[in-house]
Amino acid sequence: MHSVVAAHLSLDPAFDFDQLTAFPFLVNALEAGTIVAVMAGVVGWFMTLRRESFAGHSLSLMAFPGATGALLVGLPAALGYFAFCGAGALVIGAAAGAGGARGRGEESAVTGAVQALGLACGFLFLSLYRGVLASYESVLFGSYLGITSGQVLALAGVAAGSLAFFAVVGRPLLFASVDGAVAGASGVPTRGLGVAFLLALGLAVAATAQITGVLLVFALLVAPAATAQLVTPRVGVGLALGVALGIVTVWLGVALAYATDYPIGFFITTVATSFYVLARAARALVARPPAWRRRRVAHPPSEGAAAA
Amino acid sequence: MLAHEFIRNALLAGTFTALACGLVGYFVVLRAQVFAGDALSHVAFTGALAAAAAGVDTRIGLFAGTVLLGVVIAGLGERARPDDVAIGVVFAWILGLGLFFLGLYAANGGGNGLLGARALFGSIFGLSPSDARLAAAIGLGVVATCLLVARPLLFSSLDPAIAAARGVPVRGLGVLFLALLGVVAAEATQAVGALLLLGLLAAPAGAAMRITPNPYRALALSAALAVLATWAGLALSYAVPTVPPSSAVIAVAVGGYGLTWLLTVRRPGAISAAT
Repeated sequence: MHSVVAAHLSLDPAFDFDQLTAFPFLVNALEAGTIVAVMAGVVGWFMTLRRESFAGHSLSLMAFPGATGALLVGLPAALGYFAFCGAGALVIGAAAGAGGARGRGEESAVTGAVQALGLACGFLFLSLYRGVLASYESVLFGSYLGITSGQVLALAGVAAGSLAFFAVVGRPLLFASVDGAVAGASGVPTRGLGVAFLLALGLAVAATAQITGVLLVFALLVAPAATAQLVTPRVGVGLALGVALGIVTVWLGVALAYATDYPIGFFITTVATSFYVLARAARALVARPPAWRRRRVAHPPSEGAAAA
Repeated sequence: MLAHEFIRNALLAGTFTALACGLVGYFVVLRAQVFAGDALSHVAFTGALAAAAAGVDTRIGLFAGTVLLGVVIAGLGERARPDDVAIGVVFAWILGLGLFFLGLYAANGGGNGLLGARALFGSIFGLSPSDARLAAAIGLGVVATCLLVARPLLFSSLDPAIAAARGVPVRGLGVLFLALLGVVAAEATQAVGALLLLGLLAAPAGAAMRITPNPYRALALSAALAVLATWAGLALSYAVPTVPPSSAVIAVAVGGYGLTWLLTVRRPGAISAAT
């Protein structure tokens, strides 16, 4: 057994793995993080495909009034998370459908208004519940310490439900997301699917926020999926890649947070963003080679052959 | 109510902040850039904490952070209209960075997270007279800039292709607009806080667009609604001290939007009629 004081990472993966799995609280954190990464990878892939990042972010912020509201009335926090995220999804979904003719401007105005109202409620609950102002940080930014086995089980349940949902409606949802007009014409209930997807997104976000905190759910939701979509246009490969990147991000984040004194949220967002930046840079290089390579390519082949 | 100095300061700062939010917010909604506004408002949090960790005036961090990111976001997309995935990734990371600075600030003995809470949720009743005057001056500057470029900005927002063909600098206006949005975000962070600012940007503008299809009327209405919401919210918070002022302002603004929605739900699209 390694001592807590000497927590550090080496370059030997086997040693690091032993060290990370030596304590039950770290095992719980890794299990919860892995489940969250799988779910967020799948949901996030559809979210980025549907260009609903803003809705996803707003829904994740709904967890804040959920947590503080549950604290205020003395209910379990998980209930508050799910209730507020679910309600937010229904409101945004209904408004988006009703305002469809007015275009994305109106839809995003509604989403923004819902988000601000949710946060205002959260702040109100927080100030009504006196004396816990210091704990707003753990609600907003999460903590990987103190995740119980019960929470891991509950998370696994939500993740299984969410994956089952995508297994059932994945195909029509994909159709509706890629080409809504054609999908609607061939009898796919695009509007119903849109609301159902937002609801699934809300529940996934509510589960994730309990681990990563309200403000940082979004990193796991958007960055791995966006990276995967930059790398491959194929559905199956993209989904798998998004999930894999999410898992790597979570493990690296937990390991770095364990080895240093800085918060896990910082490491998770940084790792996830670096993957995205790398993918974007690689793509830019492939699509448009740097000047020295472009010049060589720009010459007609015959000229190049003559020079050689 | 007006006998208290802190109320007068709050009203002075709040009125001009709301004016700026209402005007800029109309363009934000028209250009469907609410998400960019969201990102910029969160960056305000990181900027404030970075400045606190470095030991300089938080306002410097606020304005530098938001304006810089506004320009960066503008550079990420075509015609200075970035796509939402890029915004999402960038600002998720910026938030994580804010968390890092929060840790750094706390580790340097910076206190118990009160500054973080103030940056996130605002503290309009805590403004000093000079703070309030500065906020009012910046708000006025934003309003003046916004009115100055209103016509070409409107043109390039509604139909960028034709505006570009007529010689309107569409890209430059897009960058300028996001920089302006950054200034508004930093300004409003002091009044309603980084997390709640979006309500003042989106709700009055959304309501104004539902009421009238005429862009200039909607612009004026949006600013008026934002100011009204601020006044009503401040009064509400004064009457019921347990309700924080920023929560009250946002609740009134979003409540007004909800009411407008219910009253106009059967009307045809206002934006499409304008174009």
